[in-house]
Amino acid sequence: MVDNSLILVYEGEFTQEITKSVLTMAERNLEYMEEESNTKKKVFNVMVECLQNICKHTDKVAEDNKLWSSAVFMIAKDEEYYSIVSGNAIENAFIPSLEEKLNQINSLDKEGLKVLYKDMLLNSQLSEKGGAGLGFVDIARKSGQKLEYSFEPINDQSSFFCFRTKIARVNE
Amino acid sequence: MDALSIKATEDTPNINFDPATGLLEISGRSLPEDAAGFYKPVLDWLKQYASSAKAGSALAMKLEYFNTASSKVILDIFNIIEKIATDKKVIWYFDKDDEDMQEAGEEFSEIVNIPFEYKTY
Repeated sequence: MVDNSLILVYEGEFTQEITKSVLTMAERNLEYMEEESNTKKKVFNVMVECLQNICKHTDKVAEDNKLWSSAVFMIAKDEEYYSIVSGNAIENAFIPSLEEKLNQINSLDKEGLKVLYKDMLLNSQLSEKGGAGLGFVDIARKSGQKLEYSFEPINDQSSFFCFRTKIARVNE
Repeated sequence: MDALSIKATEDTPNINFDPATGLLEISGRSLPEDAAGFYKPVLDWLKQYASSAKAGSALAMKLEYFNTASSKVILDIFNIIEKIATDKKVIWYFDKDDEDMQEAGEEFSEIVNIPFEYKTY
């Protein structure tokens, strides 16, 4: 049976309050679905990290002498997977280090990710924005899938960072 | 020393630290964006408690969810508990189907030098 559906889409500004509201809505929508609780927990965990990433790291884009800040967050499911998709503007200067981090994570297997997570937990400091730098590693571990991402140029200074995580449904 | 009691919100846990019994309980969900801000009074209380802790103190971690920002602070909490001179332990609770939460507890126990006890709910 074909079973493709959007669970939630939000586009706009992401403040801490909005992030909380989106999370509450998404959780309520998930509650009504017949899904194994462990899968729901994984989806929820990944959502939290993605939303907090967007909230902390969306950069303002300068266009036509105006600054805008907008991001998109979406959850969908098909027969096999839940997809958690986020998109937010970032400054081009941050792309190389972000890409390096994501590639490093994607090159590791389960055991390698565990070692990296523990190493970062012990050696990283909470940033000024309050992040632990552990979000992507945690997402990779909880999902058990490779991280999918791309950068779409907006202008000379900024790009749109698209990020997708898949979580396998148990009842396929 | 006074007990520390902080009521849970939609994204922060319930904190119930009782210096008289030595039972220190953190329960619910810990998802604050500003984990350092939320846990500041918790860490301050624990630092003071650690110097005159009751023998047999038990930190009961009953978390349903925690974000990565909280995981850094949870490690800070364990590092303070570790310094308690008398008997102490961590009781790590997890839903019996929640392998991620079980594994998270096991990983913390490999990092810090405190006996861990596991309980399912």
